Amino acid sequence: MTAQLIPDRPAPARRSSRAPRYAAAFLYDEPGPQAKRRHLIGSLVSCLVFAVVVALGLWQFASHGQLDPEKWAPFTDPAVWQYLFVGLLGTLEATAVVAVLGAALGVVLAFGRMSHRVWIRRLSGGYIEIARTVPVLLMIYLMLFGLPQIGINVPTLWKLAIPLTIANSAVFAEIIRAGVLSLPRGQREAALSLGLRSTQATRLVVLPQAVRNVTPSLVTQLVSLMKDTSLGFIVAFTELLYRGQVLATYLHLLIPTYIVVTFIYLVVNGSLSALAAHLQQRLHRTGSPIPRLPRLPALSGTSRKAS
Amino acid sequence: MNPLIDNLGLVLEALGTTLLMAVVAGVGSIVLGVLVTVARVSPIRALRVAAFGYVQFFINVPLLALLLLAVFALPDAGLMLPLTPTAIIVLIVYEAAYVAEAVRSGVNTVAVGQLEASRALGLTLAQSLRLVVLPQALRAVVQPIGNVMIALAMNTALAAAVGVVELTAAVNKINLVAAQPILIFSSAGVIYMGIALAIGLAAGRVERKVAIVR
Repeated sequence: MTAQLIPDRPAPARRSSRAPRYAAAFLYDEPGPQAKRRHLIGSLVSCLVFAVVVALGLWQFASHGQLDPEKWAPFTDPAVWQYLFVGLLGTLEATAVVAVLGAALGVVLAFGRMSHRVWIRRLSGGYIEIARTVPVLLMIYLMLFGLPQIGINVPTLWKLAIPLTIANSAVFAEIIRAGVLSLPRGQREAALSLGLRSTQATRLVVLPQAVRNVTPSLVTQLVSLMKDTSLGFIVAFTELLYRGQVLATYLHLLIPTYIVVTFIYLVVNGSLSALAAHLQQRLHRTGSPIPRLPRLPALSGTSRKAS
Repeated sequence: MNPLIDNLGLVLEALGTTLLMAVVAGVGSIVLGVLVTVARVSPIRALRVAAFGYVQFFINVPLLALLLLAVFALPDAGLMLPLTPTAIIVLIVYEAAYVAEAVRSGVNTVAVGQLEASRALGLTLAQSLRLVVLPQALRAVVQPIGNVMIALAMNTALAAAVGVVELTAAVNKINLVAAQPILIFSSAGVIYMGIALAIGLAAGRVERKVAIVR
């Protein structure tokens, strides 16, 4: 038996005095008076340390005039926010394009890697391994300098979207493959024995359940993808970080601008991450809709292996 | 002739910078990540909340934005270090959040009976963490941490965007002269794949060595 010692989110505030007080309550006994006193001292000391660190940071910023009201005044201007908002739209646009293309390609690659034909399996596997282990920045440089040389010129969005799609489709493929492998094989066998063709069984039975099971991972990957669109900064694509950089240069306010941009990323991606955690929890609660049958010993030797 | 071989000295020096960043940031992020995880199971609420906030912050903010902030903006507040150490520090604090997430999933695989047994034997919290929980948790997450280390090695390329002359920046520079982008960047890609392969193989070896068969 295992337990989730560290929850995805901190436990909600104590509802009743009877409820276990700590999220990781397995690690320690219910504290007695002495332990309570020690914990109180620990809390006070750590709060004090955090306060000192924050105060030192603020003091350092203030002593260099970074906290002066006029440094932050531009961010009360709606025009500045509008300017950054256009950048955010660009970020979302690139994210959406790459998510759609990457997910579609990822499904193809995932089933390619599980194909019965050896060469399709090798090809998909090779693509996935290569795409996951080459930095996106290198692929972007290749797009920026390589394609014009052979006479192809693509719009700025695609200079960002194509390398990101190449990299993310490999990750999506691995997530979807994990979802398919987590399904009991009886699902597919039942579909085939009902007379469905192989593609029908995949499309109608296997894929919907597999995607459902890995939705939290897919949303987490979406967060990572949205962070990666900040590479649009390199190709001068109008996205949030690029707009932030232009604004920082224009206003001569580096620290406030980058802090505001970081904060916007934090809010947008934080909401997506919260969604992923929520989906995960719901999945935990309701569990998989498929009954898990005990595996027959005779079958265990032929069970699918992750290749 | 491959221009990378003509500029072998520059390429090797840049590769050294990349490897140095990957190794130092790798070790640093594993140490920091484990400390953050320990804070996440501590009985002190303030530490738990702080560790949770730390992980959430760095998982939701792009590395490039942090690099720009640290390299170009923080000198305005009088906080300035040489370029490469700055990039390494940013990589450490960024990847530590991912290491912490990986170790967390490992801590969750430790059986409850192990903790109950260690408490029954009278181990203190620090002892049961150090002697019972963390050894098992870390053994369970060798492969996930290996994946984080591969991502870290890929992420060192982003330091090129703020001016660190590591592999990506160096081959970009060579390309500006030699103008054979496809050959040059593909060769650099092969080097990165080699690095990732080495990390993957090392993780596999370590895992076989330390894995607990349950």
